[in-house]
Order: sequence, then C-alpha cells, then structure tokens
Amino acid sequence: MSFERIKQKLNILADAAKYDVSCSSSGSKRTNTNKGLGDSSGMGICHSYTEDGRCVSLLKILMTNYCIYDCAYCVTRKSNDIKRAAFKIQEVVDLTINFYRRNYIEGLFLSSGIFKSADYTMERLVAVAKKLRAEERFNGYIHLKSIPGTSDELMYEAGLYADRLSVNIEIPTISGLKLLAPDKKHEDFTRPMTKVKNEIIQFRAEQKVIKSTPKFAPAGQSTQMIIGATGESDKEIMYSATYYYKKYQMKRVYYSGYVPIADDRRLPALGSQVPMLRENRLYQTDWLLRFYGFQVQELLNDRHPNLDIDVDPKLGWALRNLDFFPIDVNTADKLMLARVPGLGIQSVHKIVSARRFRKLNWEHLKKIGVALNRAKYFMVCDSARWEHRDLEASTIKGKILGNSVGKFRKEYSTQLKLFA
Amino acid sequence: MNDSKILIYDGSFNGFLTAIFVAFEEKIKVTDIQKNSVSQNGLFSDTETIFTNIEKAKRVWNGIQSKSSSAIKNIYFAYMSESKGVELLLYRYVRKLFAAPSSEHSDYSDGIVLKVGQLAKSVGREKHRMEAFVRFQLTKDDVYFANIEPDFDVLPLISKHFRSRYADQQWIIYDVKRKYGLFYDLERVEIISLDLQEVYSNSIKRSSAFGTQEYDYQDLWNNYFKSTHIKSRINKKLHTQHVPKRYWKYLSEKKEAV
Repeated sequence: MSFERIKQKLNILADAAKYDVSCSSSGSKRTNTNKGLGDSSGMGICHSYTEDGRCVSLLKILMTNYCIYDCAYCVTRKSNDIKRAAFKIQEVVDLTINFYRRNYIEGLFLSSGIFKSADYTMERLVAVAKKLRAEERFNGYIHLKSIPGTSDELMYEAGLYADRLSVNIEIPTISGLKLLAPDKKHEDFTRPMTKVKNEIIQFRAEQKVIKSTPKFAPAGQSTQMIIGATGESDKEIMYSATYYYKKYQMKRVYYSGYVPIADDRRLPALGSQVPMLRENRLYQTDWLLRFYGFQVQELLNDRHPNLDIDVDPKLGWALRNLDFFPIDVNTADKLMLARVPGLGIQSVHKIVSARRFRKLNWEHLKKIGVALNRAKYFMVCDSARWEHRDLEASTIKGKILGNSVGKFRKEYSTQLKLFA
Repeated sequence: MNDSKILIYDGSFNGFLTAIFVAFEEKIKVTDIQKNSVSQNGLFSDTETIFTNIEKAKRVWNGIQSKSSSAIKNIYFAYMSESKGVELLLYRYVRKLFAAPSSEHSDYSDGIVLKVGQLAKSVGREKHRMEAFVRFQLTKDDVYFANIEPDFDVLPLISKHFRSRYADQQWIIYDVKRKYGLFYDLERVEIISLDLQEVYSNSIKRSSAFGTQEYDYQDLWNNYFKSTHIKSRINKKLHTQHVPKRYWKYLSEKKEAV
C-alpha cells in the first residue's frame, strides 16, 4: 500500500470526522480471551489530547466524505466544494490494527458520508467491523455510526460487531431539522435507534437464559446535538435530551457548540464565536440530571427557559430555592448533600463515610476537598461560625463571584460590574 | 528510650511488609522504617535490620486485605510513590487499621487516612497515564519497544494491563529512570535490565533499530493527530494540563513540538 496516498486520504477523512464529539471508549465488556489483540474490559483511556483539549481515544475517521445529502450544518454536504476521498475496507482495517498495536488508540470510530444509499454505506461500515473481529481477532473498541435510514437487518448485524452505535440527531427540534436538512426525515434517525434499543433489551433477556448469547452493542448507544445553529432554547435542548435518555435508553447525549463552516443565511455567520460556555453549562446540566438526582423541570422551565451564564446550573437552582438551605452536613441525606453547590459526588461519599467517626467542622470539609467558597453559604456544620444567615440570593451570588476566577469570566464581566 | 528503633529493610515491598510484621510481633516502638540504601542513624534510637521473609509478608498482606481490600490497594499504590517517609506513614496507617473495629480506612477526617489516600491517588493517576502514553515502536526484531520515565515506580502496576491487551505481540516497556523493564515473550512477563546505548524517545532523528514502515506509521499518526484539532476552539492551556510537557519526548505525536 502506498503511504503517501493513505496519508492524503487520512488527512481528508479525519478532518471531516473531528466534529463528532464522542470519543468514549469505556463501558464495554470485551475481554481478550482468545489470545488475540486488544481488550476493552476496563475503563476508557485517552491516549492523547487535541490542542483544543479534547480526548483522543479512538481513530475517528469517515469511510468516505462523498455524500448525497445537503445538510446546511455539515462540512461534507454535497454542495460544499471540498476535496473528496474514500477508504477501502482493508485500508481502514490496517490503520486500526497498526495504530492499536503501538498503543496510540483504544479502537475505531467509523462514520461516513452517505453514498448511493443508507444500506449500501452501512454495509461497508459493518464489513470493516466484521473483518476486524473475525479475521484480526480484535477485541478493541469499535464505535459505528448508524446511517439514518438503515434497514433493521443491517443494524442487527452492526450490533454484533460494534461496542457502541450512534445516530446523531444533530438538530434538537423537528422544525430546525426541516429548515437545515430538508432531505432527511425525523423517522430516518429514530428507526435505527429503536432497533438498537430493542435488540439490547432482547439480548439482556436472552443472556439470562443462555450465557453465551452473542453480545449486542455492549456499550450501548449515544447521540449528539448541535448547539446554537437554529436558535433553540436551553430548555428545548435539555427536554429533548431527556426524551432521548428515557425513550431510547441512551448511554450519552453529546452537545456540540456549532462551529461555523458555511456561508448560509440560515446559520450563524462564518467567524462567529463557538458557544463554548453554553456547551459547558449544558453538560453540567446533563450531569445533574444523570448523577445528582435533579429533574429537568427543576432546572429549566417556562420561567427559566435558559441556563444562567455567570453561575453553574446547580448554584443557579440553589439561589432560586434558598428555602431548602442551610442543610446540616452531619445529618442531611445523600441526595440533599448532592444538591449543595460546591459538593461533588466524591465529596458527598467522603462526607458520609467520615461523619460516622466524628462531627465534621469547616476544617474537615476543607481537607476533604469541598469547594467551600460556594458551599459555605448553604450549609451548617459542627462549628459556631456561620455568619451568613438571611442573605439575599443576589448578595450570595455577588460574594461567590467576587471570590472566584472562571475561565469564561471575560465573557460576562460586564454583568459582574453590577456587584462590584 | 530503649525500646524505640529504626527498622532497616532491603527496599522491596515484601521487605517492608516483613518490617511491619516484626514491629507488631516484637512490639517495637518504631521511630522510622528506612531502605538500607538510604538509611540514616537516629541520635537516640537503635536500628534493627529486617530480613525479608515472604511468609511473614504474605501474612501482613492477607491480614490487611481481610480488613479491607481498598486499604491494601491504597497501601501498595502509596508505597510505589517512593515519597520520603512513606514507610512510617503506612506503618501508622496499618496500626490504625488494626486498632479500630472496622472501616477505619474510610475516615476521611483523619490526617493519615487522607494522606495515604492522596498518595495512592497520584500513583494511580500516573499508572493510568502510562497506560495511555506508552508509545510502542516496532523494532526490526519484531518486538514492540517503548521507553518511559514515570514519576513513580508504576511498572509493576501496569504489567497486567499490557499483558492482557497485547497478548499476541512481543513487547518491552523500559523505565529509563529506574533502569529496569518488562518483557513479554508471548507467554509471560519478565523483569529485565538492558544496557541501552541510547534512549529511544520519539525523536525526528531515525534510529537503525526500527524499520522504515515504523516511521511511516509514526508519520501517519502525526498527521492524524494534527487533523483532529479544531482551530476555532484551540485551548493550549487545557492541552498541556492533560498532556504535561515532561511526557512529550516519548510521545510520537509531539516529536515536532519537543
């Protein structure tokens, strides 16, 4: 094989794949039992980090960037004048194996532009995965993109070889989808999701009876939404994320701040800023919903359709609900502790363990690693020092912001002047 | 004063566990536990040399493990930090563990417990980093070879990970700082020491030990790495936070940056 040619293809097809955010390589249970290559039973590993600070865990490439669709938000859309290329199946297999053997990656993330038809494209993705598993005895991680509109039979086969499957819904609302991707139907996205969900449920049921039932997508499925392309509110985004978590039992929903790539009047202009702070707040909200016992209605509703920019969503919620506080660190239950701003899940566990031995005071909490700068306004402990009774929400907010530095601070420093 | 002693051991983990055994058995008031290579006599205390005994070490290991499996992991990891005075700290930790009725290891309001936890955590982090940052280069003898220079002695901790992952290829991971390595010969992992002529960092300069195909793949990987950056989101600070500069010279994707 000619390295120069491969290099050119890799440049084109990796460049087009980088807007897919997911790089997770955890959650699978594929152990190396056949003395083959690779093992993905442990936690995920980030082998390197891009210069924008994102994890590089998988070889993330497109099979091809030829595409029959013309979605406005996508670099590989048909009408875009860019270099096009396509990998052969064996080329992808060789790259994956040789990168993996050198400990560069955890596995492969294979996506594709759609050429000819959904099924024709998906067939080729499945062929790569099958070859890796059957011929190369590869037990590393494989993430396949489900091409919208793929038939159920092919989705089933994909699940047999892949660890994770994903369809990116990209646009959180159906009206937005009509505007930016007129050739695609909402059903094209949900059909593969439904198939994968049902197969996973069936696999779990069958595995209870027959232990050797072949694995089906052991790391589950995920999806991704573009943020800030069609003017939707945070509420719309998070309600739709909640829907996908519940309805399709998604492992993850990813949020991707829109990077302007096209001069199209339906979209933010070229050169406009990527909404990174907003993206960050959405991820924080996502975590509160999945790990901290919050309901989406508590954080976002008709009165608060958008998240605060200057404070994180948990602090924002606490400031709106001061009547829940202060709580007593030495008696409050886990769920209530998790709602205190400045207490993460790790701190909550440590507090619950430590308070069995003695009553905790500020000194203990500081050593445990609690962010007291925020937390002290919302709790009492074994100490007489608690001087912040009856403060207004705006006063607390001003004090907290006044004593902290944030990486996005310059983006809202004008608001901060109000408190100075 | 008579019964306070400094225990001197051979520097192995089993030696350290034996020292703990002896201290408990002979009810010694321990003022310090030191490696024989670095021992310093205290002004007012006697020293006692400990002879490593696998049986005794095993009894200590099992004893701690039956108390708590997370405590034994913490002790092993914290020990690998090679930090100054870690032996005495761990000895106190073990005493605490055996003195209390149960789950003393989870008392995060206690200074010793917290300190051991922190040491174990930083060693765990370095272990994880090495699982990520090892970059094998294929030699002409068909062995995947990597040099590392970790902050702590993590080779024993990463052996299992690489053995189960690369079961069908021969590999060597060599710690340049501590001058020993692991060699997997398709059957088992052995500890080796090499007389290395040069450190095989991932430099632009080519070495005759590796074939041209090796450099072709490094080139491809470099190219791939570059095309993953999204220019409008560049955040160099975050990048170096995740990939600290001291590791760069062994990372093939950073060879132009070094």
